[in-house]
Amino acid sequence: MKKLINAPEAVLADALVGVEAAHSDLTVDHKNRIIYRAAPKQDGKVALVSGGGSGHEPLHGGFVGFGMLDAACAGEVFTSPTPDQMQEATKVVDRGAGVLHIVKNYTGDVMNFEMAGELAAAESGIEVATVVTNDDVAVQDSTWTAGRRGVGVTVLLEKIVGAAAEEGRDLAAIAALANKVNDSGRSMGMALTSCTVPAAGKPTFDLPDDMMEIGVGIHGEPGRHRVPLAGAHEIAQQLVEPILADLDVTSGPSIVMLNGMGGSPLIELYLMYGEVAKLLEKAGVTIARNLVGNYITSLDMAGCSVTVLKADDELLGLWDAPVNTAGLRWGL
Amino acid sequence: MTNSTVPLTQLVAWLETYRTQVTEQRAYLTELDSAIGDADHGANMARGFAAVMAKLEEGTPATADELFKSVGMTLVTSVGGASGPLYGTFFLRMGMTAGAVTEFDGAALAAALRAGLDGIVARGKAELGDKTMFDALAPALDAFDGAVADGKSPAEAAAAAADAAEKGRDATEPLVARKGRASYLGERSAGHLDPGAASSALLLRCLAETLES
Repeated sequence: MKKLINAPEAVLADALVGVEAAHSDLTVDHKNRIIYRAAPKQDGKVALVSGGGSGHEPLHGGFVGFGMLDAACAGEVFTSPTPDQMQEATKVVDRGAGVLHIVKNYTGDVMNFEMAGELAAAESGIEVATVVTNDDVAVQDSTWTAGRRGVGVTVLLEKIVGAAAEEGRDLAAIAALANKVNDSGRSMGMALTSCTVPAAGKPTFDLPDDMMEIGVGIHGEPGRHRVPLAGAHEIAQQLVEPILADLDVTSGPSIVMLNGMGGSPLIELYLMYGEVAKLLEKAGVTIARNLVGNYITSLDMAGCSVTVLKADDELLGLWDAPVNTAGLRWGL
Repeated sequence: MTNSTVPLTQLVAWLETYRTQVTEQRAYLTELDSAIGDADHGANMARGFAAVMAKLEEGTPATADELFKSVGMTLVTSVGGASGPLYGTFFLRMGMTAGAVTEFDGAALAAALRAGLDGIVARGKAELGDKTMFDALAPALDAFDGAVADGKSPAEAAAAAADAAEKGRDATEPLVARKGRASYLGERSAGHLDPGAASSALLLRCLAETLES
């Protein structure tokens, strides 16, 4: 393992020191591993808290700031944070209008946030609403399983719902909007290589040079199937087709994200975006906005994912609203 | 002949025994978890119960409600993942049901354990055959209840529960997981023991061993 670290067990703590050093508009609670806005939002506005295992940067800490999150709780690499962290973040950011928890659908994350919500409500009477993202079409959805994983749509949701919270909408409206965004988005990912969790020291799975995994999540877990490596055009087809089969996005505008998994250079991500955009447009999808880059990553995994969000004028307006975070910044 | 009541000190000894055994078996539990999960169950359980015992060394509560509340909250805040909330909820609910007592008879211990299991179900929504800790704990507590109804001592009931838990654990091997991260593997999850069922069966084996001694 060759990584820019001091010690595997200190990766998260050391990285949070760097976040604080780099961003004067963020504050870091090192004990509780929470990233906050240095300037809290106004009283009376709904606050947004997210969090999850680390290793997906810029998600979630890179999306704390004006127009997106109020706080992000960082767990160990690929391990959910604990309820006490989330409860602390909830108490600190509440401006009297309640708090939305944004949770990616993984068993651990869901249970820990659920307990945090119960604790916060019981101890401080803060009203907490929760949205659980589950946009990954690689996982067959069923009431008998843990359900689809929350992946790329989480990024778009944090932006759109963050903008609505800045407008001063109430918690019920914010929660309804969050669910609408989640229901309107789908994602599909692929990997060219595995990733190496620092504490494990070796790649999570073996992937031969001439093979790729289609339908991966963001924790180095195996995908839906392993197939021979193909050209970018064919890879784009394998990502776009399951999304279009699952959600009709041909009416109205869409927001499309071509996301890197952390180990693929931007030149390849743009090349892939070109292929994906061509396929989507051929299928009748109107791409109104797009995002290309590393936004929800899986450590050093090479590969990418595609997220398509069916939008409308309301969602596009919120998408275009000003945002000032380490990971997304525009309209200021 | 074993006692008909279990003093709280014996349940603290149970937790100590479990800490020792889960630490000894951490590599085994993690190996089970690497096959179908994310390879951290042994480390997480060992870390959690080390934190539990460290907290109890600072001062052991005198009543069951406080003891198990402390154990549950420590697990919830130190383990993370899914195991933290599930084991944490188990002990939190045990404490709520037990109340401010200092000893248990068989029926009271059965009721507390049952409340703990109900808490796990409420939290994790697992059903029999989902390939989870529930597959070990559910038959175990049925066996515990049955033994108590037959007039057996708490130690005998715990031994019956541990046997049933181990059978339940072994029965998870051929199952296809329907809960947790293993469920993403679909058919590929069959042929492996469930790590949570393994750590749960161990929890009941430790209870049986502690009450017998």
